[in-house]
Amino acid sequence: MSAVVFARHQITPAERLRDAGWVAFVALILGIPLIGLTTVDAGGSLEVSTRFGLLAACVVAAFGGRLGLRWMIDTMGARKLERQRADTGKSVGISPVKVVNVIGWIALGASIALPIMYSDNRYVVDTATTVLIYVMLGWGLNVVVGLAGLLDLGYVAFYAVGAYSYALLSTQYGWGFWEALPVSGGLAATFGILLGYPILRLRGDYLAIVTLGFGEIIRIILVNWTEFSNGPNGISSIPRPTLFGLEFSRSAAEGEQTFSTFFGIDYSPMHRLIFLYYLILVLALLTHAFVSRLRKLPIGRAWEALREDEIACQAMGMNTTNIKLSAFAIGAMLGGFAGMFFAARQGFISPESFTFTESAIILAIVVLGGMGSQMGVVLAATLLVLIPEFGRNFSEYRMLLFGAAMVLIMVWKPSGLLSHREPTLRLSRGGARNQDALEEAAQ
Amino acid sequence: MSTLLSVCELTMRFGGLTAIDQLSLEVPAGKITGIIGPNGAGKTTLFNCLTGFYKPTTGTLRLNHPTRGELRLESLSSHRVARDAQVVRTFQNIRLFPKMTVLENLIVAQHNVLQRASKFSIAGIFALPVYRKAEGEAMARAETWLRRLKLERLADHAAGDLPYGIQRRIEIARALCVNPVLLCLDEPAAGLNPRESAELNELLLYLCGEMGIAILLIEHDMSVVMNVSDHICVINYGRKIAEGSPEKVQNDPQVIKAYLGEDDEDDADDASGGIAA
Repeated sequence: MSAVVFARHQITPAERLRDAGWVAFVALILGIPLIGLTTVDAGGSLEVSTRFGLLAACVVAAFGGRLGLRWMIDTMGARKLERQRADTGKSVGISPVKVVNVIGWIALGASIALPIMYSDNRYVVDTATTVLIYVMLGWGLNVVVGLAGLLDLGYVAFYAVGAYSYALLSTQYGWGFWEALPVSGGLAATFGILLGYPILRLRGDYLAIVTLGFGEIIRIILVNWTEFSNGPNGISSIPRPTLFGLEFSRSAAEGEQTFSTFFGIDYSPMHRLIFLYYLILVLALLTHAFVSRLRKLPIGRAWEALREDEIACQAMGMNTTNIKLSAFAIGAMLGGFAGMFFAARQGFISPESFTFTESAIILAIVVLGGMGSQMGVVLAATLLVLIPEFGRNFSEYRMLLFGAAMVLIMVWKPSGLLSHREPTLRLSRGGARNQDALEEAAQ
Repeated sequence: MSTLLSVCELTMRFGGLTAIDQLSLEVPAGKITGIIGPNGAGKTTLFNCLTGFYKPTTGTLRLNHPTRGELRLESLSSHRVARDAQVVRTFQNIRLFPKMTVLENLIVAQHNVLQRASKFSIAGIFALPVYRKAEGEAMARAETWLRRLKLERLADHAAGDLPYGIQRRIEIARALCVNPVLLCLDEPAAGLNPRESAELNELLLYLCGEMGIAILLIEHDMSVVMNVSDHICVINYGRKIAEGSPEKVQNDPQVIKAYLGEDDEDDADDASGGIAA
């Protein structure tokens, strides 16, 4: 054990101070124009005044913060190393898979029980619905980024396609939610293939740039093509989904029944919210079942193989074109479903809702959760939606809190909250002997 | 002895550099053909042309496929070379799917068969018998090769975490799962210890003797090439400089010159490739 500690490079206090000093210096340079100088209104003219006291406080805060952060990273690293040392030779106690499964079942139970427990709290049900939309989007993007390894920065485009196709089909042609569902998904998938086709040869950064552009193109078209999308004014009075024809409103249209009259209960606006919540829960669970199943099929393994090594895929006779396009199409389709639900829930959509920030948040959910991990997406989506919500009390410091939380997660878990990868199939015999086999092989 | 693959006047140019120059070569069915030559001689380029990763500048590559007749490899894209012509390769710097387990690597290699059986994934999603049967067969095939290459105990480990020599074996096992008629091995013994390369010799002889798979072998480890090859072709500067049985090639003055250089012109010749054994 002691050998390990000695083998690690010990960071001296001087090094830490120097490191923190550099950070404080950068903070000082940035802070002079941002904090140190400010303009004051002096009776009709602007005058520059200085705030060097505040600047000094910020620089000291940066210095102290950096010291603390470094210390945290180092102690965590050392502790992890020690734990790894202690683990070698021992069989694994509780497998991470089991823990994740248990958490998953608890989360499922909680999400089913939530609207019953908070049946009169509009805010809780609304926020939980938002979380589930992001979970679904995260699961969709997970196919493209997490499994197939294709960095997509324009995922919101498919969200927009799904939302606008339902909005237009319902307001222009009177389609209902359920008829429009497959069409919206199909349209989004078509757009996924349309995007995928020209960028088959691109990888990494280049792919990210083009997908980013695609996301912006869709948004800009929606803003400018007024005849088609009503431009920046958006589309309003989008019909809400019905439960087998039962509407969730106070009074039904001619020949229709409302949910409350059918069941003989008093009308409450919460019914619709709870219905929407369960609807997105079912959609999200179907998405999860679909993606988890695909992952265990040849197509899912092909996506993962593509992420690992594209050249090797070709050498194994796999048509990488089809594999990429199928990942884009299925990811886009799931995004389209989520977008369609979003339109139906809001009743109003405009290009405002489909900015690059949305893409960035969805991508952050996938990356923070751990690429390819389904449960990680749930955790990350919950965190990323709830942190800004809890931060509401901190008003203007809300985004600061959000940023700090993201930095901390990345420091604590650089490869995402749940980065464990569960094999899609196993050789029937148990894994107990695997450790000996590995040792034998290493000799 | 029938010819499986005939390379005819193959030339590959990259701008002004001629990596392969008018190379002709015959690969017999069910035999091991060794390809040797100093570093930079064009051996890997030849493999890249064969397997569709490069489009040859000129020349033809004719494969007499046992069931599909004559195929022209130079006109096929890389995945079709592996899928339709069943010419499968390994890589000089191992290319596994590192985060996937050994077993998954071997199952991915059977993608085309499984994907067809999954009927656009619909039969797969509902686990219909047609898919379950195909999956069972794929598992059985993977297990056979795992056992043959003594990898079955490592089947559920991430391939990238395993030692180098084992990764080499996994790559060969994975290529075998594609069901090749011609297996192209690019330096399979590189980085192996003497025991491992002796095992490799045994495996190669088994594959061609028992399974009837023709093997094209690029190798610097002479204890492997000279012991297993039926026929050796020596390449230098993209040209074939000698061909024949191992004994004949070993004593060929041209080959000795290519590897060790001549006394009076040791400047430009890159003799560092060196005969390892």
